[in-house]
Amino acid sequence: MERQFLKGCEAIAESAVRAGCRFYAGYPITPQNEIPEYFARRMPEVGGVYLQGESEVASVNMVYGAAGGGTRCMTSSASCGISLKAEGMSYMAMARVPAVVLNAQRGGPGVGDIRPAQQDYFQATKALGNGGFQYIVLAPSTIQEAADMTYEAFDLADKYRNPVMVLTDGFTAAMMEPVVLPEQKSEEELAAIKAAKKADWALKGKVEGQPLHKISFNAGSKPPQGKFMNTGEDRNKTDAAMYELWKEEEVRYEEYRLDNAEVVIAAYGVAARISATAINILRAEGYKVGMIRPIRVNPFPEKPYAALDPAKVKGILVVEHSIPSQMIYDVKLATGNTIQIDTCLRSCGEIISRDQIVEDVKKIFAK
Amino acid sequence: MEEVKVYSRASSIPKNPYIGFCPGCMHSTTFKVIAEVLDELGIVDKTIECNGVGCSGLGLGYVYLDNVFCAHGRACAVATGIKRTNPDNIVFTYQGDGDGGSIGIAETIYAANRGENITMILINNGTYGMTGGQMAPTTLVGQKATTAPWGRNPEEHGYPVHIAELLDSLTAPAYIARVAMNSVQNVRKAKACIKKAFQYQMEGKGFSYVEVMSNCPTNWGMSPLETLEYMEEHTLKEFKLGEIRAK
Repeated sequence: MERQFLKGCEAIAESAVRAGCRFYAGYPITPQNEIPEYFARRMPEVGGVYLQGESEVASVNMVYGAAGGGTRCMTSSASCGISLKAEGMSYMAMARVPAVVLNAQRGGPGVGDIRPAQQDYFQATKALGNGGFQYIVLAPSTIQEAADMTYEAFDLADKYRNPVMVLTDGFTAAMMEPVVLPEQKSEEELAAIKAAKKADWALKGKVEGQPLHKISFNAGSKPPQGKFMNTGEDRNKTDAAMYELWKEEEVRYEEYRLDNAEVVIAAYGVAARISATAINILRAEGYKVGMIRPIRVNPFPEKPYAALDPAKVKGILVVEHSIPSQMIYDVKLATGNTIQIDTCLRSCGEIISRDQIVEDVKKIFAK
Repeated sequence: MEEVKVYSRASSIPKNPYIGFCPGCMHSTTFKVIAEVLDELGIVDKTIECNGVGCSGLGLGYVYLDNVFCAHGRACAVATGIKRTNPDNIVFTYQGDGDGGSIGIAETIYAANRGENITMILINNGTYGMTGGQMAPTTLVGQKATTAPWGRNPEEHGYPVHIAELLDSLTAPAYIARVAMNSVQNVRKAKACIKKAFQYQMEGKGFSYVEVMSNCPTNWGMSPLETLEYMEEHTLKEFKLGEIRAK
């Protein structure tokens, strides 16, 4: 496998192409402009479609249409742009169409700051739009992971017939690193995937004697015998069962140097990466510190946090590029408030230093 | 004497649709005409309908085609996504004037400006029917609405928006027409224009748009017959019928 030196945005876009993404629509916003720019050059080479929508709202609705037609598709944006996509993200969850939405987070609220941050955790994991729906949310901490997870997102979206979010940040989008890109899926495989969707539920045109395919509010499961469509409540129950299933099957996390840890860092994405460096420094000095890193922030890895022993763990430090902390609530829920939780935070483009983390961990040991 | 069948129900209008329209409403006439056109052109099996929000969204249950429930105003964006990835399908949007001309005016104008090879049917009845008669972009000056209780006042509300003429300011659109459903003669003309719009798409000519002048007996507070008179005397004087562009 060829190792390449790529910018995060380029690695993400090329991985999407290799996963079979054949429709992308987006609207310019910093810090992810190199994603649409890459697709604009690359899509014609693979017979795909790149479109610059007239707005984020239009772009996500174009993706809704392409997804409804069975094509692997994607949109991306950043923070305030993702807010504009909330309508379409909610409709895609309603109609249960597979698509990938990427958020290269920047500061907030509102226009916030064009510089990187991790300030959309609540939005990504709790309320991407109206209606209480959920996406599986993948949270890469390196460009290699951003590439791998973008690729994986398309398979996950098809597996559950539900959109998937890649929650990255302006740091990862703009950095350059060595990457090994995933393999290009063959045209035959992609054609088979699309054909299977059209045979099952995707838009194709009516076939006499067969049920209509409707991309609508009655999606996700077959209506009960004798009923034209599911009720809204039927659909909510079907979706809720899927979210429960994710908790069993789709939780992904990493335990980093957790052996005998007396202080545990909770961090995802780029904050976890900086934390790992701080942990190495602290371990070298004899401090027993480790980390539980959610690789996916939804479903949240409750079990490893719940398994922490309050008799052995003095404290948890949430390291996050967000003020106030947002992930802290999931950690609190998982640990049942049995362990003291502190935070180490920066926001709106200010980067957490390893020294700051080292200092904050030492403060917990000194208590 | 030999029996000759002279009329039959269009194949995509079921005998007992699970949704209907108010008595006298021209949505059902428009859907009937579209369904007949699809049969005549032999394209029912590849047609995908993108429904707007409002009474136009009731088409989801009134017309039996593969279709999409689009968010309010977004049908042209959704249709773009479908058509670009499934160019062999015939894709049309069915939207109201609030949907396509107010909240979705950007999606409408930009789909038209890209020359998307789709067909847009826009129902202009001067009101928000489903939500109960609020002022629409197309409400006439002086016409009352629940949110303009003394009638549309240009100083406060501006003037009716002429969506067909707005689109005519663009270079890309291939076909633009305004038709009406208020008389037998006009229905026949409307059908010819709607057919032409779909033929344009079949021939790959690009964006085709038909604005259908319609009524709303319920929210205009009139009998169906009175709405026909109102249309002749008022709405059709503001919104001129005819083919505006046929490239």
